[in-house]
Amino acid sequence: MEEKPKPKLDLNRVPMPRQDPKARAKNYNEVALGYTEEMALQEANRCIQCPKRPCIDGCPVNVDIPDFIKAIRDNDMAEAVRILKSKNSLPGVCGRVCPQETQCEALCSLGKKGAPIAIGRLERYVADWEQSHGSNPRPSPELPPPTDKKVAVIGSGPAGLTCAADLAKLGHEVTIFEALHVAGGVLMYGIPEFRLPKSIVQAEVDFVKSLGVDIRLDSVMGKLATVDELLEGDYDAIFLGTGAGLPMFMDIPGENLNGIYSANEFLTRVNLMKAYLFPEYDTPIKVGRRVAVIGGGNVAMDSARCALRLGANEVYIVYRRSRAEMPARLEEAENAEEEGIIFKILTNPKQFIGDNQGWVTAMECYEMELGEPDASGRRRPIVKEGSEFIIDVDVVVVALGTTPNPLIPSTTKGLETTKRGTVVADEETGKTVKDKVWAGGDVVTGAATVISAMGAGKRAAASIDAYLKR
Amino acid sequence: MFRILAKEKLSPFITMLKIQAPAIARKAQPGQFVVARVDEVGERFPISLANWDNEEGSITIVVMEVGTSTRKLACLNADDHILNLAGPLGLPAHIDNFGKVVCAGGCYGIGAILPIARALKESGNEIISIIEARSKNLLYWQEPLRQVSDELIMTTGDGSYGYKGWTYDPLKEMLEKGEKVDRVFAHGCNFMMMLCSEITKPFGVKTMVSLNPIMVDGTGMCGVCRVSVGGVTKFACVDGPEFDGHEVDWELLASRRQSYIQEEIRSLEWWECQQWCLTTAKSKEA
Repeated sequence: MEEKPKPKLDLNRVPMPRQDPKARAKNYNEVALGYTEEMALQEANRCIQCPKRPCIDGCPVNVDIPDFIKAIRDNDMAEAVRILKSKNSLPGVCGRVCPQETQCEALCSLGKKGAPIAIGRLERYVADWEQSHGSNPRPSPELPPPTDKKVAVIGSGPAGLTCAADLAKLGHEVTIFEALHVAGGVLMYGIPEFRLPKSIVQAEVDFVKSLGVDIRLDSVMGKLATVDELLEGDYDAIFLGTGAGLPMFMDIPGENLNGIYSANEFLTRVNLMKAYLFPEYDTPIKVGRRVAVIGGGNVAMDSARCALRLGANEVYIVYRRSRAEMPARLEEAENAEEEGIIFKILTNPKQFIGDNQGWVTAMECYEMELGEPDASGRRRPIVKEGSEFIIDVDVVVVALGTTPNPLIPSTTKGLETTKRGTVVADEETGKTVKDKVWAGGDVVTGAATVISAMGAGKRAAASIDAYLKR
Repeated sequence: MFRILAKEKLSPFITMLKIQAPAIARKAQPGQFVVARVDEVGERFPISLANWDNEEGSITIVVMEVGTSTRKLACLNADDHILNLAGPLGLPAHIDNFGKVVCAGGCYGIGAILPIARALKESGNEIISIIEARSKNLLYWQEPLRQVSDELIMTTGDGSYGYKGWTYDPLKEMLEKGEKVDRVFAHGCNFMMMLCSEITKPFGVKTMVSLNPIMVDGTGMCGVCRVSVGGVTKFACVDGPEFDGHEVDWELLASRRQSYIQEEIRSLEWWECQQWCLTTAKSKEA
C-alpha cells in the first residue's frame, strides 16, 4: 500500500502582498500585488481536496476549484489554466473583483476550523501566470464547426462577454454591440485601475475576440437599431446584457450644484477617459480638497480612493447606516481606511449648500440611528431630529446605486419590465417573455456583482444554444 | 474610425464636416445629436446633427471652435478620420403640423435648425427662419434654409447685413405686431435660446429649445447633463435635448456649462503648445 502522509492542516492563509498604503494612495498601480510562485504553492497545499467539494456550489459559474488548485500543486500550470478557462472566460477579472468571501470561500471545508483557502488569490495567480507565460498571441482555442446561427449580444460587460464567449465556443456566430468606445462595460468605466488593471480586462476581451466574436463599438442599440430590427435582420437570437447604467440621485436640494458627481460620471472620467492624466488627456475632472462620497458600497470605496489619488486632502465616506451594514467588501473598506479615507457613518445628507457661482461648498447632514431591520434585513436608518450639522466639501460623489438604462426596454415591443426598470427574465435560463430574446446580469437583477452577471450570461448561453439546436 | 468625406470652413470659427457614417445616417432624425471622440486622448462631447444623407451614408455636422475638442475637429480634412462617433442620440424634435412656425438659429445652431425646418415644412407648416451672426461674413447656409422656408430673415449684430440685431428682435416685433405664431424652435447658444423663450412667454407661444449641457457618454449613464425643467431634474441626453424653453432653469444650465472653464482654457493652451512644438520640430528637421 502506498504510504499516504496525513496532511497537517494549515489554518492560516498566505497573506496577499500589497502596496504600502502611503505609497499607493498616490498612484494608480494595482494595490494587491498577487502571489509569487512560492506563495501560490504554499496556499494551494493548504487545500485538503475534500471529497464533497462544496466550494464549486458557491461559484456562480461552477469552476472546478479543487481541480485547478490540484494542478497548481502539481506544478501543471497549463492544466490549471485549462480547467479554469473551461468554465470562466474572465479569470483575471474574477480573481480580483469577485466577492469570494461570500461565495466559494464561504463554503470551503477549511473554513470550519480556520481560514478558508484563498481561492480568489489562486485564481488570479493562474490567470496572471497565463498572461506572463502563455505564448503571444495565444493560440486560438479549437472551435466546433460553425452552426450558421447568428446571435447578437448587446453590451460587452461581464454578462455579455461571458455569454458571447460560451456561444462562440459552441460554434455560433456572435456579434457584440457596445455603446461606448471600448469593450468591457463596467470593468472599463467603473472599476479603477488600481483594483482591476485595464490591461487585464483588455487581455480577457482579446480572448473573447480570439473565439471569433465580432465586437462593434460605438453602437448604441435602441438608437442605432432596435432589438426588433436585429431580429428582422439576420440574427436568430439576442442576449441583453446592458447592465445597470443609470445613476440614482437623492433628489434633495442643491444636488445639481457644480462639483456634485454621480459615481458613474466620476469613475468614467477617471477610468475610461483618464482624467487623472489631464491635460495630456482632454477630459477634465475637479480635484477636490475635501471630497464626500455618499454611499457604502464598493462603488463608493472606488470613488473615494480615486478622489484620494487625484490629490484630495481629505476624503469622507458618508454612509447612513453603521459599518456592519456596509455593502462594500470588507477588504475594500479596509483598503480604503488604510489609505486614509475617513468614514462618517450614521450620517445622511439633508441638502447641499453652494456659493454664488453655483459650486458646492458644504453639505448639511443628519445624524442617524438604527431601528428595526427592514426588507433588506439590515437595520433601518432613522433620522435623529435636530441633529443637523455641516460638513465643508468642494466635491461630492453620489454613489447610491444604479438602475438599468431604459434605452432598450423602451424601444423593444413585448419586453416585460419591473417597477425598478429591470427586465423580467427566467432565473435559470435568462429567457425573457419576448420570443428569441434573453437577458442577464444587472439589467435583470439590478446592480449586483461581476460574477453573478457572468453566471447569468453563462446560463443564457446554454439556453440559447439549446434553442438554436432544437 | 469614421472617414471625413468633405470639409468646408463656413466662417473663421465655424466648420462643416461631412462624415461617412451609414448606420447613423439610416436612423437619424431632426433634433438628434452624436457623441464624438476625435483621437485616443480625446474627450467625448455632443454635436447636433445638421444634415444626413441615407443614400450616400453620410452625416453632416457644423462645429464651432470653442475648446480643444472642437479645435481638433476643425483641424481635420477630407480623408482624415474621427476615432469614435456614437449616435443618433437623444429624442428627435417633436414635429407636427403646428401652423406657422419660427425656426431661430444662431452660431452652430444655424446648421442644426436646418433639418428641423425641413421636417416642419414637409409636415405642412409655414416656416419663418431667422438666423443671426455678429457680422455678415459669419452667416452661412442661407440658401438651403431659404429652400425650406417661406421666409428667411437674416440678422447681424453689427447691422452689416439684413436686420440689425439678433434672432429674437424680429421675433419680438412679429409677436408685438400681433402676428400669429404657433410655435418657435430655437437652436443656438444658451443666451439666444433663453432670450427667445423669454420673449415668447408672455405671448404664450410654445418655444422648443435644444439644450447643450456638458455630456460624457450621451446615453444616460453619467448624469452630468442634468438640467432642471419645470422644477424636475432631467438628463438632456436621453430626456432631451429638446425641452420647453419656458420651463428651463437657464441660470442652472449656464452655471453647469461653466464647470470646467479653467480646465478648458488650460487644455487648449496645452494642446496649442504641443502643436507649436510639433511644427517647430518639423521645421528644424527640414
